[in-house]
Amino acid sequence: MVQRVIQKLIIGVIFAFVSIHASPNACAMESPGAEILVSAAMSLKNAFGEIGALYEKRTGVRVRFNMGASGLLQKQIETGAPVDVFASAGENQMDVLQAKGLILVETRRNFARNSLVLVVPAWPPSRIHAFADLTRAEVTRVAIGNPKTVPAGQYAREALMSLKLWDRLQSRLVLAENVRQVLDYVVRGEAEAGIVYASDIAAAHGQISVAARAPASSHGPVFYPIAVVRDTSSRDNAKRFVDLTLSREGQAILVKYGFLSAR
Amino acid sequence: MIWDTLRLSIIIVSIATAVIAVAGTALGWLLAKRNFRGKDLLDAVLTLPMVLPPTVTGYYLILLLGRRGLLGKPLYDLTGWAVTFTWIAAVIAATVIAMPLMIKSARAAIESVDAEYEIASRIMGKSEFETFFRITLPLAGRGILAGVVLSFARAFGEFGATLMLAGNIPGKTQTMPLAIYEAVVSGEDAQAKWLALILTGISVTVVYLTNRLSRPAKRR
Repeated sequence: MVQRVIQKLIIGVIFAFVSIHASPNACAMESPGAEILVSAAMSLKNAFGEIGALYEKRTGVRVRFNMGASGLLQKQIETGAPVDVFASAGENQMDVLQAKGLILVETRRNFARNSLVLVVPAWPPSRIHAFADLTRAEVTRVAIGNPKTVPAGQYAREALMSLKLWDRLQSRLVLAENVRQVLDYVVRGEAEAGIVYASDIAAAHGQISVAARAPASSHGPVFYPIAVVRDTSSRDNAKRFVDLTLSREGQAILVKYGFLSAR
Repeated sequence: MIWDTLRLSIIIVSIATAVIAVAGTALGWLLAKRNFRGKDLLDAVLTLPMVLPPTVTGYYLILLLGRRGLLGKPLYDLTGWAVTFTWIAAVIAATVIAMPLMIKSARAAIESVDAEYEIASRIMGKSEFETFFRITLPLAGRGILAGVVLSFARAFGEFGATLMLAGNIPGKTQTMPLAIYEAVVSGEDAQAKWLALILTGISVTVVYLTNRLSRPAKRR
């Protein structure tokens, strides 16, 4: 019995090998035609999906995305991952790569800006209509990204500090590991309010509403930098992607997904 | 989209499981049957991927295999090729993470084989090699198969190390767990649920069927 199972496993594996070689598109080591790889912050997924489609139509060059947390993407580039373009949700990660000489500095641009919003559950209607309302007695939990690891959390702390709320809210803050978790806490009512980027609210599908927008003066500008990676193998195609995100069409797509134009 | 991801996952995991089955059994045999200096240390090192968070293992892997890594750099200088962000990287990540389960199971199974059979085989003039394949392996078969199944299930669900070393590139290195992560984070709830259901279904089916198939035959 055991031998039969092992036999089947071996046959399965041989089959897998064969199908790998028979399927160039999914797993080929070198696919034909030009291709670029863009490492982009996860929050850019939808906007970049659309910009990527436009890029492919315009240039005939295939674009693949590697989406993840900006810090992870930075680390991958540091260890030599074959990335052509890096789009970060924070300037820190780009600064580190620039200091190490791993990006082409002359291609670095800020391609988008973001703003902070205070969100509350869409139902039942919340009595929170302003940042100052967070100090009310019925508010027990306010979710923000962990300022140590989540850029949106960093800016949330900055905003709360400048609004003189940071110290008073200390005992109420719930630190989440990513923006999605902040949204989840608010959607499920586990937190009465949360602070996220304006571009993040689409992911909550109308289950939350915006109670207030943080004044632009309450935190430093939230810039999204983009640059061509030094070791790119197709510099011109990479540069064309950067240019497209900065173009009028690229900016319009970003605005559609809740970002502010960087121009 | 879902099917591409699923197919890629299955291919990656099948290759990883094949490598694990062979290498893990060999290492399990080494730890069970041989005494040498540093054996406990080797055992500890081989167990590490099981106890470390996968992201830490993945971090070690990119430091080691990245284009500027300890092993990756000489390889890149020599061949102009690096493993990072290829489907092979996903195989490596899954293999490293799931290997300890195989080694542990194989070692326990091989240790439980009554040594008298093996001694008898050797007395009858059979080589060490033949003794292993004709005596030890069949007697340890069920334990080894259990190890293979466990490793398969673990490799199928592998996320952290894969994300680090192979990246998250749809159609190229994005396996089921990565696709689920991406769908959840970007609010594609329906997609996330389907992917999660499929992943769960396959894992349960494989473990269940193997349990059924490997049950000892009823005595007549």
